[in-house]
Amino acid sequence: MQWLDAIVQGVLLGGMYAQYALGMALMFGVMRIVNIAHGDVMILLSLIAVSLAGVLPLGNVGLVLVIVPIAVGLGWLLQKFILNRVVGADPLPSLIATFGLSIALQNLMLEIWSADTRSLPNSDIASASFQIGPIYLGLLPVIVLLCAFCLTGGLDAVLRYTRFGRGLRAAAADTEAAAMTGVDPKRIYATATAIAVGILGLAAIFAALRATVSPSDGSAQLIYAFEAVIIGGMGSVWGAFIGSMVLGVAQAVGLRIDPGLGILFGHLVFLLVLATRPEGIMARKK
Amino acid sequence: MTDTPILSTHGLTGGYGDFQALFGIDLHLMPGEVISLIGANGAGKSTFLKSIFGLLPVDREMVRYEGAAVGGTPAHKMVGRGLAMVPEGRRLFVGMTVEENMRVAIDHARLSESEGQWTRNRLFELFPILGEKRNQPIEDLSGGQQQMVAISRALLCQPKVLLCDEISLGLAPKVIREIYAVLPEILSGGTSIVLVEQDVTLAREASNRLYCMLEGRITLTGNSNEISRDDIAAAYFGASNAMA
Ligand SMILES: Nc1ncnc2c1ncn2[C@@H]1O[C@H](COP(=O)(O)OP(=O)(O)O)[C@@H](O)[C@H]1O
Ligand SMILES: [Mg+2]
Repeated sequence: MQWLDAIVQGVLLGGMYAQYALGMALMFGVMRIVNIAHGDVMILLSLIAVSLAGVLPLGNVGLVLVIVPIAVGLGWLLQKFILNRVVGADPLPSLIATFGLSIALQNLMLEIWSADTRSLPNSDIASASFQIGPIYLGLLPVIVLLCAFCLTGGLDAVLRYTRFGRGLRAAAADTEAAAMTGVDPKRIYATATAIAVGILGLAAIFAALRATVSPSDGSAQLIYAFEAVIIGGMGSVWGAFIGSMVLGVAQAVGLRIDPGLGILFGHLVFLLVLATRPEGIMARKK
Repeated sequence: MTDTPILSTHGLTGGYGDFQALFGIDLHLMPGEVISLIGANGAGKSTFLKSIFGLLPVDREMVRYEGAAVGGTPAHKMVGRGLAMVPEGRRLFVGMTVEENMRVAIDHARLSESEGQWTRNRLFELFPILGEKRNQPIEDLSGGQQQMVAISRALLCQPKVLLCDEISLGLAPKVIREIYAVLPEILSGGTSIVLVEQDVTLAREASNRLYCMLEGRITLTGNSNEISRDDIAAAYFGASNAMA
């Protein structure tokens, strides 16, 4: 029973990781852009949300309605003014540019918010829970998981069946050939990054509701997102979702074995997947 | 046919960064015409097509299209003006199906599929094998079939001018004939064609006029059925090489 509970809690934790990983699945998995500042941007959005909640009586839904558009705008600016200048077949320039951005953002956040941990004020959903059989489920983690599930399904459908999705996959496969087929690669990449960071806006609010955030937390989020995308398989949005579940369950199970082992267990499972199935769980066979 | 070219270049120079590959190319294409551009490997043919298409930087006045100076216009906007290209090496969108590759062109074409003259169904009649394989990933097709998809993708942009870069490269003679047999049908719809070829015989048979390029310069031009093989050989390999 302890193990069933660990798996359930792991899946719920995986829901949070899936929200970090979705944007990464789009940028890294599909567009092959390495955004080292992924986690820092999310923390920045969390801290903005915490500060806003302190001065305006927005409520959680109100916060989402304010933070997600800010995130979308931030993503668009990020692509337009930084990433579109360095995109190309070579992933190194985007890696270096966003590494610099990551450090700058961390310092900026320390300057504004100091190193304290912060979170959104406790609301009813954050503390509510219910029981199914012998297992207790927090209401908030369940909502997070459901949101992650719907976002994954939505993003997958957009990539598969819309003009935008086809254009983006085409540009990611061959930017020059896409341009000569009428796709404006820079515009479509800016839109895609706006969507990716927009999803981070939602994740940022859930992260600050679930636990605390502080300016230096971004790198952990970055690693979880990377690991989830790679475990799941590059280019597959559902892969990133499954990868997040694997990571969450591994951590929760590790935690039950020894409270110090949780995070390490996640990394070990990641290495195990990398060693035995480097193309990821959901990748198409070549 | 009118007297104004639909597409022309004027002293076009270009290349890659500091490396200059083209040294003043003057070329024109009349509406309804097929011209071929021949030349050895590395002569600059692909660079020339990319320069016209806005994929490499050129001065505005170096390229004129339908009377307007358009040099350096980004590629996706050239598609909107009626240019399309079948690039060297096909350059299909890997990871997408045959039909998805075609849909990308339809999504971004100058005219919608119902307004334009090229539809998926018409292409599936022209290349029946593509209809059978429409839901297969592009990487599962043979080279010839992939070339048919590349041509279909370009035609679904509903072009007025079609640029074809070595569409016969690496294909079996039977497949080459099958693909070249489609050119008259493309022309009959009013599309003009620039054919880049290394195969001189093929280029001559398929075109009205011919340009020969050597080391980034045009070394010969004339009507395809009037130019002698010796002149072509000299222009193709360089006069000094031909005499040596
Ligand atoms: N991406 C590139 N970067 C630098 N030089 C290039 C590139 N592509 C082609 N070249 C050079 O430009 C010249 C013309 O090449 P290209 O236009 O491909 O010739 P062709 O199509 O006639 O075979 C060659 O010297 C080639 O080495
Ligand atoms: Mg070439």
